[in-house]
Amino acid sequence: MTGVLPPVTAAVGSAQYAWLLVALPAFGALVLLVGGRRTNAWGHLLGCATVLAAFGYGVVLCVEWLGFDASQRSRELGLGTWFAVNSLQVNYGLRLDPLSLTFMLLITGVGGLIHLYAIGYMAHDPGRRRFFGYFNLFVAAMLVLVLSNNFVTLYLGWEGVGLASYLLIGWYQDRPSAATAAKKAFLMNRVGDVGLALAIFLIWRSLGTVQFSEVFARAGQIGGPTLLAITLLLLLGACGKSGQFPLQAWLPDAMEGPTPVSALIHAATMVTAGVYLIARCNPLYDLSAAGRLAVAAVGVITLLIGSIIGCAYDDIKKVLAYSTVSQIGYMILAVGLGPAGYALGIVHLLTHGFFKAVLFLGAGSVMHGMHDEIDMRRMGGLARHLPITFVMFTSGYLALIGFPFLSGYYSKDAIIEAAFGAGGSAGWVFGGIALLAAGLTAFYMTRLMLMTFFGEERWRDLRTAEGQEYHPHESPPVMWVPMVLLAIGSLGAGYVLASGGRLARWLEPSVGPLVPAAAPFPAVVVSLFTVLVSAVGVLLAWLVIGRDPVPVRKPARVSLPVAAARADLYANAINEVLLARPGTWLTRALVFVDNKGVDGVVNGTAALLGGTSGRLRRLQTGFVRSYALGMLGGSIVVIALLLAVSYS
Amino acid sequence: MSAVSPGGALLLAMLLLPLVGAALVAPMRSAPTAARVTGLVFALAELVLAALAWSAYHPGGGRLELTLSTPWIPAFGTRFALGVDGIALVMLALISVLVPIVMGSSWAEKLPEGRTPAGFYALLLALEALLVGVFAATDVFLFYLFFEVMLVPMYFLIGRFGGPRRQYAAVKFFLYSLLGGLVMLASVIGLFVVSAHQLGQGTFDWTALVRIAGSIPQSTQIWLFLGFFIAFAIKAPLVPLHTWLPDAGAEAPVGAGVLLVGVMDKVGIYGFLRYCLPLFPSASRALAPLVLVLAVAGILYGALLAVGQSDMKRFVAYTSVAHFGFIGLGVFAFSTQAQAGAVLYMVNHGISTGMLFIVVGMLMARGGSRLISDYGGVSALAPLLAGMMLLAGLSLLSLPGTNSFVSEFMVLIGSYPRAPVYTILATTGMILAALYVLWFYQRLMQGPVRGAAVVGDLIAGSAGGALEGPGTAMAPDAAAQRQRIRFPDLSIREVVVLAPLVALILLLGLYPQPVLNVINPSVGATLTEVGLSDPVVGQGGS
Repeated sequence: MTGVLPPVTAAVGSAQYAWLLVALPAFGALVLLVGGRRTNAWGHLLGCATVLAAFGYGVVLCVEWLGFDASQRSRELGLGTWFAVNSLQVNYGLRLDPLSLTFMLLITGVGGLIHLYAIGYMAHDPGRRRFFGYFNLFVAAMLVLVLSNNFVTLYLGWEGVGLASYLLIGWYQDRPSAATAAKKAFLMNRVGDVGLALAIFLIWRSLGTVQFSEVFARAGQIGGPTLLAITLLLLLGACGKSGQFPLQAWLPDAMEGPTPVSALIHAATMVTAGVYLIARCNPLYDLSAAGRLAVAAVGVITLLIGSIIGCAYDDIKKVLAYSTVSQIGYMILAVGLGPAGYALGIVHLLTHGFFKAVLFLGAGSVMHGMHDEIDMRRMGGLARHLPITFVMFTSGYLALIGFPFLSGYYSKDAIIEAAFGAGGSAGWVFGGIALLAAGLTAFYMTRLMLMTFFGEERWRDLRTAEGQEYHPHESPPVMWVPMVLLAIGSLGAGYVLASGGRLARWLEPSVGPLVPAAAPFPAVVVSLFTVLVSAVGVLLAWLVIGRDPVPVRKPARVSLPVAAARADLYANAINEVLLARPGTWLTRALVFVDNKGVDGVVNGTAALLGGTSGRLRRLQTGFVRSYALGMLGGSIVVIALLLAVSYS
Repeated sequence: MSAVSPGGALLLAMLLLPLVGAALVAPMRSAPTAARVTGLVFALAELVLAALAWSAYHPGGGRLELTLSTPWIPAFGTRFALGVDGIALVMLALISVLVPIVMGSSWAEKLPEGRTPAGFYALLLALEALLVGVFAATDVFLFYLFFEVMLVPMYFLIGRFGGPRRQYAAVKFFLYSLLGGLVMLASVIGLFVVSAHQLGQGTFDWTALVRIAGSIPQSTQIWLFLGFFIAFAIKAPLVPLHTWLPDAGAEAPVGAGVLLVGVMDKVGIYGFLRYCLPLFPSASRALAPLVLVLAVAGILYGALLAVGQSDMKRFVAYTSVAHFGFIGLGVFAFSTQAQAGAVLYMVNHGISTGMLFIVVGMLMARGGSRLISDYGGVSALAPLLAGMMLLAGLSLLSLPGTNSFVSEFMVLIGSYPRAPVYTILATTGMILAALYVLWFYQRLMQGPVRGAAVVGDLIAGSAGGALEGPGTAMAPDAAAQRQRIRFPDLSIREVVVLAPLVALILLLGLYPQPVLNVINPSVGATLTEVGLSDPVVGQGGS
């Protein structure tokens, strides 16, 4: 079942400068963060320039790679030792192959556009220069993550993006909710990181190396139970980073950050790192059917949870966030299907990168024009006031719900089809749920469109928290031009990447050939069904939302499912009951015990030796000081005596 | 009879120079600036000597280098013998880096009434000399002497220059250490007797003792091991012998606290590596599971307690208890990766905890209070200060790219093959570390500007109002100092003090190999002395 990947050779030619890909944004981050206020005037320009320059160089690299034979497209560039002790050798090094190059283009390309957008979005923020510093730091760390040629430097990038995410979620530092959300994101990520770290320990113990090329070539030597443990631990890491069940609760809260952050980090790139990790480790997952099943199951559970909760929120960014959770669920499901799905997951990841980015930037544009309002109940009829944003948002919307021949149509349908092809009851469950969630996706996105852009202009009679009137207006070109480019990607990327299996063939050297799924019925039937289910979702949304005016206050009396969805299906409540509260009690109890108990016992012992504990407390410093001096003096006398004796 | 290598003279100079400095500075009671400057000059000269020693040392040469040995008390076989291996050398480097930084950070410290910088700086220099002696001694009796005498300057630093409960803390510190020292003395004498039995003539020479270590019966080894171990476990400290540290760390003046937690506690770990393991190999192997239990308990226990602290300095002390757990795990997991990681961890912990301690001190110098709840939203007023605290915190939680990651990762991955269960438990400590650091940071730095120590000052500035913080554990002299009208960001001096630490955190995070090259051969030799080799990796495994 396992296809042997082509050997990895040393990078030559212009690829020897591939370290520049990381160095450019890292340099930008360093200058902006160390340079301080002196760089305020041009900081944002430098921030954009480094990322766009990396993108330019990346394009050159990819063109060069297209000229190589498929068997020559996996290359490595060693960059020296990080740390090494005997059999543990950890080196810096880049892995340049179709998978990493694809990610690199996504990160620098979409990242560059979002950087440009942020010039406009953050124009009035006094900390804009620092913002671009963090943004560049993120891009550098993300590139380390995807370009690494071993598990430990991947881990460096992995936690590095976590840091950037932490800093940017907590951007509005004066808001306690932002600080809490940032901390929560970092902690839930750390849970996943522990999984990734333990997987690395196991890999090293089993194979004595952490280098991808060696680990993957010798994956077969790892014993079955160990291999299963490794795949499950890697999955735990992926769950943390990608907001997958059971670690999904941090991602919606992460919307506390500025919207470009949500678009770049919490939609297009960082949160897809889990998908990358599993696709990268395909030689391990190929050998473990149980590991793959666990991955697919996590994906299915998550895509369902995300799409259900997405239907209940009134906060435009939270709806998009749960949509992201759900769409990444599709990707995880795909890579959990093994050789039948690795490439499909990556295709969906790329198309999602485009359309989710444009949706978030569109939401940001709406907020920009609406005094940072996020409650869709206070919007309505905005299509007229933000025409460009509306058109771009609509193209992202159509791409996401899988409108025929747009991006989502190609990438999502293929995953649903492959899920049905998983075989047996698992295939029916996976496929059925993925299909159902496509309908839910259409429902919540249509609801979002209707509440935001159509219907009556509910904001006319409302005031902001500061008592200002709403004056919705279109955003400046520096914001809408990137949206236009991303919208074009949302419309066309699916066709370009998926038709004729173009991207799948390109990825073959990294993830092996795409094995067509043995679906129980022809592809066209799945497509038809998906479109039908989505259409039902759209129709339902119109029936529920579109016909009646939307109340400005959200209805308090709702059915049980709606209440549950509004409460994130109780994920936070469960965390609270199972972890937070017992943890607080435990901590308090331990502090008490440590102050009274442990200290008391040890003090008591000391007191037994030196008198009662009351006397211990009443010991005057003078006494102990003389004791100390006495000891010093005594030692000197003893030594002097010894010397005198020995030399006499 | 006497043998002095050129490098040995260097070590002797490192031992004597700070003593000379201390003797010069101590009388300058009426000239505080001169005292500070002289102290700093001597500390910087010591740093130069350390750099020379570093370049004179050849990793992988002899077991001990830069040796010096001269008869001292022939009747007892005691020699005045100095020398270092890679482990001791990096500790010497750490001390000589930290002392000038500590002096810089204490430059403007408000001292308790009647105390002068002359006394403070002289004690710092004396402490530095004695710490050099502890790490450089290669005669067990000489080591014991330094081990005991180094308590004296630290005792005075805490007891004379510390916070409101300084006397209680100093006494507690002293009694704990003294108790450990007495137990160790018994073992030192026992070792002498045993060596007399084995060699016909007793000796305290470390090299000679290592040579006979294998032939000492295990039951004897265990008793002698325990004597050393208890002293070192108090010093390190391992749970449950840690309770003196939060008190001492909290009441010590910041500069002394940095050296206490950053360097002096490492003497305990260093003692494990230099004395417990090579001198009592079979006892070490037999008792390792016990130590691993204490280490892992310390990681989790220290972390949970750190979460629950309301006092910034006690917080730092408890995070150290957790980190010493990691180091203990690395030492007793018996692989070169874990032990090299543990040694590097000692250095890294000194740097990052030292930096956190110093930043906390800077915060206290502004707000006057040690309580976390007296602060809030400081990043809006002093962003640079907040950034420095965040960086120190990130290093504390072992973020990759900072120094601590490399050492923690090495400890964990190196411990895994021999002690998987302990390693898994220890690894979950990573989550708790993120929790205590980020929550600490959030309460102090994020959210709206609030807290008596922050807002109190602002109000005092505008309205001249008297505002007493609720339950503020404030030193009277610090409270008197709260007449300022704002909460300023870092001064140039403070930036200069922190800059080397920032540079070291990043440098050792991204390029630690030069330091590892010094550590690795000595760690390998230590493991051989224990009679073990690295666990075999790369055999697939089931």
